[in-house]
Order: sequence, then structure tokens, then C-alpha cells
Amino acid sequence: MSQPAAVATPKPHDAHEAHHEELGFWRKYVFSTDHKVIGIQYAFSGLLFLLFGFSLMMLMRWQLAYPGAALPLIGSLLGEARMPGGTMLPDFYNELGAMHGTIMVFMGVVPLAVGGFGNFVLPLQIGAPDMAFPKLNMLSYQSFLLGGVTMLASFFVPGGAAQSGWTSYTPLADIATTGQTMWLIGMVFLITSSLLGAINFIATTIQLRAKGMTFMRFPFFVWTQFVTAFLLLLAFPPLEAAAVMQLMDRLAGTSFFLPSGLVVSGQIVNNAGGGNPLLWQHLFWFLAHPEVYVLILPAMGIVAEIIANNTRKPLWGYRSMVYSLVFLGFMSFIVWAHHMFMTGMGTAMAAFFQTTTMIISIPSVVILTALIISLWGASIRYNTPMLFAVAFLPMFGIGGLTGLPLGLNVADIPLHDTYYVIAHFHYVVAPGTLFGLFAGIYYWYPKATGRKLNETLGKIHFAGMLVCMNVVFMPMFLMGLAGVSRRLFDGGSTYNFAQPVLHWNVVSSWGAWALGLFQLPFIFNFFWSLRKGEKSEDNPWQATTIEWSAPSPPPHGNFVVAPEAYRGPYEYSVPGAAKDFVPQYEA
Amino acid sequence: MTSDHAASVTSDHAVDIDRHVRIYITVFVALMALTIITVAISRLHLPIPIAVTVALLVAIIKGSLVACYFMHLISEKKLIYAVLVVTAVFFAALLALPALTTSNGYWIHGIHG
Amino acid sequence: MEIPYTVQVRRDTGLTNGKIGIWLFLASEVMLFGALFASYILIRTGSQSWPRGDTILNVPLATLNTIVLISSSVTMVMAWASLMRRRFGTFRIYMGGTILLGFVFLVVKFFEYSHKFESGLFPSTNNFLAIYFTLTGLHGLHVIGGMAVNAYFWGPGAKLWKTNPEWFTNRVEHSGLFWHFVDLVWIFLFPTLYLL
Repeated sequence: MSQPAAVATPKPHDAHEAHHEELGFWRKYVFSTDHKVIGIQYAFSGLLFLLFGFSLMMLMRWQLAYPGAALPLIGSLLGEARMPGGTMLPDFYNELGAMHGTIMVFMGVVPLAVGGFGNFVLPLQIGAPDMAFPKLNMLSYQSFLLGGVTMLASFFVPGGAAQSGWTSYTPLADIATTGQTMWLIGMVFLITSSLLGAINFIATTIQLRAKGMTFMRFPFFVWTQFVTAFLLLLAFPPLEAAAVMQLMDRLAGTSFFLPSGLVVSGQIVNNAGGGNPLLWQHLFWFLAHPEVYVLILPAMGIVAEIIANNTRKPLWGYRSMVYSLVFLGFMSFIVWAHHMFMTGMGTAMAAFFQTTTMIISIPSVVILTALIISLWGASIRYNTPMLFAVAFLPMFGIGGLTGLPLGLNVADIPLHDTYYVIAHFHYVVAPGTLFGLFAGIYYWYPKATGRKLNETLGKIHFAGMLVCMNVVFMPMFLMGLAGVSRRLFDGGSTYNFAQPVLHWNVVSSWGAWALGLFQLPFIFNFFWSLRKGEKSEDNPWQATTIEWSAPSPPPHGNFVVAPEAYRGPYEYSVPGAAKDFVPQYEA
Repeated sequence: MTSDHAASVTSDHAVDIDRHVRIYITVFVALMALTIITVAISRLHLPIPIAVTVALLVAIIKGSLVACYFMHLISEKKLIYAVLVVTAVFFAALLALPALTTSNGYWIHGIHG
Repeated sequence: MEIPYTVQVRRDTGLTNGKIGIWLFLASEVMLFGALFASYILIRTGSQSWPRGDTILNVPLATLNTIVLISSSVTMVMAWASLMRRRFGTFRIYMGGTILLGFVFLVVKFFEYSHKFESGLFPSTNNFLAIYFTLTGLHGLHVIGGMAVNAYFWGPGAKLWKTNPEWFTNRVEHSGLFWHFVDLVWIFLFPTLYLL
């Protein structure tokens, strides 16, 4: 009836038997179609871009803490065009701001969370040999890389990189320097990469899941990647269309987003006019709102896996979590204009978007609550992944709750475009998503590399991140409530009403630099453990999901014998069982 | 239902395909007729709201014929329908909500909402 | 290592990987063109005056193009039907016809565009022309893309018919779906831009 129970631990080359052709270096590590290699490529690139994007912010934080002060050493390295005498020019500040946002969101978090974790873990967790379209997968990564390189190259063109915010609002972006054109081209490559990847993820999840792996037996991580893929598939194309239109405005002289009678620096803009700047905002936010769920859902999936594993209990409310997730994905498409409450919309439409926004908070709360309740009565193992996963819960809680006033159109009036908004979204993405992603790195590193990361260094990394994230972002709520606007190149120092809260800029900056220092133990740990880390067995965490049945690292083709799912994904502490966990893949 | 798209062609298949080909020709003729009709109606220069409604209706009929018969949507699997229904909902939201938001707005004097 | 369900359908979904892949791609394309149609609506309703399509654009030429594209959709589906009937020669003829009709479409478009440029009408002239060039331009790029794929299956890709005829038939079906979608977009584009 079924194959032999436990999958025997094969020698790494066994799985190759059918098609054994030894691939050269380039086909194996650079132009690979293996989802694990591609996943690692994405993860590595994502982490590098995260570090780079963070460095841009560490530079900005100097200007915010000490506006107009010369930055020692680094200031002179950046040249007279950007930092004359080591002091930051406003245009450069804007460049850093726009690119920090763009790089973190599109080149850092999503490639790591979806491209990295999704590619590596998803096929393994559903018991598949690879993605449905391996060559398309490789193309996705290459398109992403091309987009990333284009974005980085934009720093070197005359006028510098994009400097109209990561949101590229028109008409400012229409008339901006060349870097903005490269931003648009870079976005087209990045969007293409995501679209191709989304097709792959959805097709793979539906078609290549193992025998017995029904939808309601999916690990929650698989569900989050599945819904995320739909968000990417259907929400990105409108931004691609908008990017094409902005390119037309910039290169072909069209007026899609240029209103009539526009005056720039005292000169009347010689365009046909008749365009609508708000058209850009609608198309941008149609993507960018689902995008924020793209940022959070994979992290929630990772946190769910790690919590189930380290509480040695099934997740509480799995079914509710799944229904909430699907409902959330759907709702995310009809809330976007809560980013546009200040654009002059009438009370009827404001009420509509406010209502859908309030409704969408419900599934988020259900998922968070279920994860919290999952801790109740558990024998919790506090390893590094679990520390990050548990810390995610209150951090995401703060981020989510502080979003509520922003989603109510009247409460949004004093808060829109202030530091309150910055604090809100960073709480969800920084001590929110990033904690989930780091948790995932510590959790799956043994599977990907065959070695364990050092626990002590991990705990130092965690402690530093938890403290520093709060030091950086908590004060920003206060600054925002005091009325300090975002994107001010001097952090609000010229405004009288801001004076009582300006000192918080210094606090945030030192927090950010400390946060940078605390990445060093992680970076060291990551590379040192590759060679010198304690060797890992196949299932070091005694986990139940199918990826742990494969060798560490898994060979090409993943499983010698196609696995089968015999039960749900979280059969921990089953009464009467021999061990405190019954794997999904054991007969 | 799956047989149309699976492996080898049996004699049952050949009959199936013959029936399909007859449908394709019928749909082609219908599409040609509808094209002539929509161009002819446009010559009448009807008031915009009516012209838009009629043109859209004809386009939807033509589009449905292409989708149902050339793209075989009429006999597709539930999963494909599910994907397309969800897409249709978001497509409708994308077309309607920005326009509704603009018309419900308090805009700069001179731009017609 | 074989990826399953490239040719045989998976029993519980009734689909091959490629079939679901192409429909997912088409779903994303619906959103892409949807955004442009949404832009058309906002720009048109936001403008003080909007020319009727036939006052600026060439309706007879576009009607011809509509007929050309619809015909190419028929030849495309007949190409697939020929493969289902195991008639490779007939497939070649119909697929060739599809590519030829696509080429005719592009030639007509070329004449349309050059005539506009010669008359001093550019995308930058006004928003009607801006959205016209952008919508038809993006559509035209999709026609070129579809033709490239079709040409591949007519030419070098046809080798697959000898080694795996079922897989080849499926792939032709999938590229056919893309081609029909391109036709479908035009069915809406044509009245929107030219007739209203």
C-alpha cells in the first residue's frame, strides 16, 4: 500500500541515480535550476541588500541627530557633490531616503522572505522534488539580480539615484533626475522576477504536493507563501503599468501624471497637461498595500513553524489561522486608499476604505492571538529561533495596533506623513518581519548547510536587536504625535513645535548605530559556522514537517523516495506516542 | 472532461475534435458579425453613456466567445475558474474604486470629477 | 529527476503544471491591462474635453486589424486541433497562418503609427494620444512576444513533436491561450479607443 515508513538517510549522491551528469561549477552554483541553490542565491543577495539599505539609513541618522554637522571620515569619502565638507546636502538626504525604502522592501525583505525562504523550504515542506518550473525559477532570480544591479547603478548617474521617496509620487518623480528613470527600469525587472516567481510558487503548491498532503495538512508556512504568491501575482501588474506610464511621461513627454498649469522653479512646464497625479497614487498603492502583507505573511509563517516546534504542541486554531489568512489576502486588495486619506477624497469613499481597513485588522488579530495562545501550557524551549519568534509577537502587536489610528480617516489627519507612520510601519517590518526572518535563518541553517549556528552568538544577536529596535523606533511615535513630519532632511530642527522632541533623534541614531554593531556577531556566526559549526543531524529540532526528513543539506531531487503525508503538520506530544513528536512523513 | 487535454488521440477524440472545429467556425462567424455590428452602431454617434454601454456589451459578448470556446473555458477545471473569479473581482475593484474615489472627491477647481 | 504532471494531468486537480502556469500568467496580464483601462477611465473623466475616437484614429484600418486578429485566433486554435488529430503538416500550415496574420496586424499598426507621426501627432501631444499609444503599444509588444513564441513552435521547437508529441501539443495549446488573450485585449481596446 505505502512506501516503507521513515525515509532512510541516503548518501547525498544517491538521489542522482536516474540522471547523473556531474554539473560544472557554473551550472551548479551560478546558473542552477535547483530551488535550493536559487533559494540560497536569493537569501544571500537579500541579506547583502538589507545590510546596504541599512547602511544608507545609518548615514541618514547622522544628519538627523546632528543636522548640518560634518561627518568625520565617511563624509569626505562621499565626495563634494553629495557631502561638501562632510555635511549632507538635502538632495543627498532624499536620495538616501528613497533608496533606503526601495532597497529594503524590494531588494531586501521580499527576496529573502519569498525568494529565499519560499524557494528553499516550500518544495521540501510539501514533499516535492523541486519547483514546477525550475528554469523559470532561475530566470526569476536573474531578473531580480538585474533589477538590483540597475538600482545600485543608479547611484552613479548624474543627479544621483531616485530621490522622490520609495513611493515615487508624481509630478515630482516625473521631473526628477535620471536616477528616477533607472528606478523605474529597475522596478520593471524586480516586478517581472516576482511575477514569474509567484506563478512558480502557486503551480508548485497545487500540483507537486506529496501524496496525502491535502491543503489542510499544509504547514502554516506553506499557506503563507501560497497566499503571498497570489498577492504578488495580482497586485504587482498595476504598478508595472504605472511605471510604464511614468517612463512615458519622463521619456516620451506624455502628461499622464502632469496636471495642467504646472510650474516648476518659477518656470511653466511646457507639457500638454491634463494629467492626474492621483492616478499614480492609486496605481502605486494598489500594489503597495498588498505588498505590506507580502512583507509580513512569510514571517508569520516562519514564526508559526518555530512556535509549534519549540512548544512541542500543535498550533492553536490552525483552521482559524488559515481562514483568516485567506480572508486577509482577499481584503488586502480593497483597502489601499487609506494611504490617500489626505488627497481630498469625499466622506463616502473615505468611509468605505476606513471600513475595509478596520475589517482587515480582524484576521491579523486572529492569527496573532492564535500564535500567542499556542504558547499557553507549553514546555517552551528557548533556543535562538524561538527567542526571535516569541519576540515577534509583541513587536508585531505594537506595529499592528499603532496602525489602527492611521486606518481611521479622521485620526489619520494629524498623523499622516509624520514620524508616527514611520514608527508604525518599522515596528511591523523591522522587529516584526526581520525577527521572523532571522528566526528562520537560525532554524533552517542546519538544513541548508549541515551545520549548526552558535547559540551564544545567536542570543547576543537577539538581545541586541530586541533592545536596539525599540530604542530606535519607540521614540518616533512621540515625535510623530508632536507633529514632526517625515522626510525632513534636518529631522524637524527648524520647527518651533518640534523643539521639545528633537532630542529623540539623537536617541534613535545611537540606537541605529548600536543595532548595526549587533549585526557583527550574526555575520561572524554565519560564515564561521559554515566551516566550523557543529555538524547537524537531519532533524536537529525534532520537528514534524517533511523538510526534516531530507538529508542536511538535501541532495538534488531532495528525496530518494517520494515522501507521503500521513497526518497533519504539528503532531507534537501525541498521547501514547513513543516520542514527543510524530512526523508528518512517518507511516 | 480531462480527456481533451490528455495523451493520445483515440477515435472518440477525433469525433470530439470535429465537434470542436465546427464550434470554432461558428464562433468565428459570430465574431465577424459582432465586429461589423459594433462598428456600424458607432457610426450612429449615440450619446456617450449609451454608446459606452452598447460597445461594452458587444465587447463582453465577443470576449466571452473567445474565452469560452477558443480558450476552452467552458469546460475548464474548477481551480482555473477560482483563479479567474478572484482576478475578476480585483479587476473590477481596480476599475471602479479609483473612479469612484475621484468622483467623490473635493478637487481643485477646474478639474472635472 | 523528473518533474511530474508536465504531460499527464494530476488526478485531483485535473490539470498539468503548464496549464495552471499559463492561466496564472494570464490572470496577471488581466491586471496589467486592467490598470491601463483604469487609467483611461480616470484620465478621460478628468479631462474637460475628449475627442471621439474616429475623429483622430483610422477606424477602417483598425476594423481590418480586428478581423485579422480574430482570424489569427481561429488559425491558432485550428493549429492545436490539428495536433490533437495528429496532423503535423496541417499544424504547420495553421501555425504559419497565425504568425502571418500577426505580422499583417503589426504592419497595419506600423502604418497607423507612422501616419500619426507624420501628421505631428505624438504621445506627448495630448492625453488621448498618450493613452492610445501606450495601450496599443503595450498590446503590440504582446503581439510580438506571442509571435516569437509561435515562431519557435513552428520552427526549431517543432523537434519536440517527434520525441514527445503530447508535451508539444500541450505547449502549443498554452501558447495558443496566450495568443487568444492578446486577441481578447484587442476586442476591448478597439471599441474603447477607436469607437467611443
